Amino acid sequence: MKTFEELFEILKNKFNEEEDISTHKEGNEDVILIAAPKINLVATFLKNEPELNFDSLILLTGVDDENGEKTTNEDGSFDLSGGTLSVYYHLESTSLKHKLILKTSVPRENPVCPSVALVWRGSDWHEREAYDLIGIIFDGHPNLSRILMPYDWEFGHPLRKDYKNPEFYNGMKVPY
Amino acid sequence: MTNIIESKLKTDEMVLNMGPQHPSTHGVLRVELKLDGEKIVKADSHLGYLHRCFEKHCEAMTYPQIIPYVDRMDYLAAMSNELGYVLAVEKLLKIEIPERVEYIRVIMAEFQRIASHLVALGTFGLDTGAFTPFLYTFRDREKILTLFELTCGARLLYNYIWVGGVSHDLHPDFIRLAKEFIEYFRPKVVELNELLTYNKIFIERTANIGVLPPELAINYGVSGPSLRGSGVKWDIRREDPYSIYDMFEFDIPVGEGLAGTTGDCWDRYYVRILEMEQSLRILEQALDQIPEGDVSAAVPKRVKPIDGISYARVENPKGELGYFIISKGGLQPFRVKVRPPSFVNLSVFSEIAKGHMVADVVAILGSLDIVLGEIDR
Repeated sequence: MKTFEELFEILKNKFNEEEDISTHKEGNEDVILIAAPKINLVATFLKNEPELNFDSLILLTGVDDENGEKTTNEDGSFDLSGGTLSVYYHLESTSLKHKLILKTSVPRENPVCPSVALVWRGSDWHEREAYDLIGIIFDGHPNLSRILMPYDWEFGHPLRKDYKNPEFYNGMKVPY
Repeated sequence: MTNIIESKLKTDEMVLNMGPQHPSTHGVLRVELKLDGEKIVKADSHLGYLHRCFEKHCEAMTYPQIIPYVDRMDYLAAMSNELGYVLAVEKLLKIEIPERVEYIRVIMAEFQRIASHLVALGTFGLDTGAFTPFLYTFRDREKILTLFELTCGARLLYNYIWVGGVSHDLHPDFIRLAKEFIEYFRPKVVELNELLTYNKIFIERTANIGVLPPELAINYGVSGPSLRGSGVKWDIRREDPYSIYDMFEFDIPVGEGLAGTTGDCWDRYYVRILEMEQSLRILEQALDQIPEGDVSAAVPKRVKPIDGISYARVENPKGELGYFIISKGGLQPFRVKVRPPSFVNLSVFSEIAKGHMVADVVAILGSLDIVLGEIDR
């Protein structure tokens, strides 16, 4: 079992570029920030390195950070431009019992993030959900399609903070 | 057709849709099966028929308002859902919980585990053609629901466990009735074993079917009885103890391949039977040790956590249920993400269904014990 500091030290020595990996405290939790293009390399390393052995991805979360420029419309709704979307990875080693939270951010205008679906197969559906509801595009995912919303939903990604309901979907009234 | 003698039977692969309205998919799940005769070549799950934007709703509600909504995710284990959610919020708030509340929560969660497993076992029997055990398990589950009704007035969706406490103290008769139930229920497990577990037909239907190897299970993030059925000793109550689970003695049963291969449908089924007995053990200890006290002492008037993230997880009857909450210091959460155990467990289904017969799909789905309410959210 390794502490957060030890894990961060190992990662930093392996990928020793300052701007790619850093730590960050969100409330009571420590998070390792990773530049999006590196995420697949880091994931593969975390899983295959015997002294780390992160064999399980507990959870993958997509988040709209709501940190871009806000323009309010007449009806009270707003649009966002710029800013970032984030992905949190909760990892765990079932053999060595340590846990880790990774975070990566991608720009809202081009939300492309490498997929880890081939490292942890369990992330397949989590990534599809993050794509479906937040709109993050996971590069290299074997089947990136909608999962909870209808396959023909063409009105955007509902968990975006500036999402607006359509009036009609296939002739059915949406707001109730 | 030009020549009737030379024409052959069509042997193309066939696509068969199982569900969304199918009694064995345990809800509105559609499984798209690609078949080569009776054999499954490919099985794709299509979800979302019950999607109701739970996570989006959460962003518009205050923290306590969300509790009734989490009930409706895994509606067969509403108490456990509430427990996971309030733990995540309490982690952000950093409040001390009275000891009596912790005991009540554990008692409710363990009763809920037995109730949920009874549904799982009964319907699993139903799926594989055994009708009677279903009636027996539901008879006993009703008694647990009556205990819940005595506690909070509701039989299915409770809104009972609140941030910092519980909504009502236990009924004065609760402990006596609960102990009576435990005494009543122990022999019923033996009865169920005789009726279903060791039944030859049932074993034929479930042993060596849908074998889930432990490495694959961990790689997919499978948890709960489905993971333990593969022989992995992994239980959040032991690995990452929450509430007061570290105070009780209990074993973690794992699948050993008694009827066939380790990790088959029968193993997943049998782990649930053994787990009910362990839950009874925890209940006995908790009911004996429960202290007196005020259950609403720590309930905050206004739930307004600090900036930050928190992930809390509990061992739900179905597996690891986690809540990931991002707070930006307001009265409403910035983002709530749920890790539904059924969602993750179902994702491994297409992997283990390959090569089996159509009738085995029913057995495999039943052994994974999914609830679509939490898969679709």
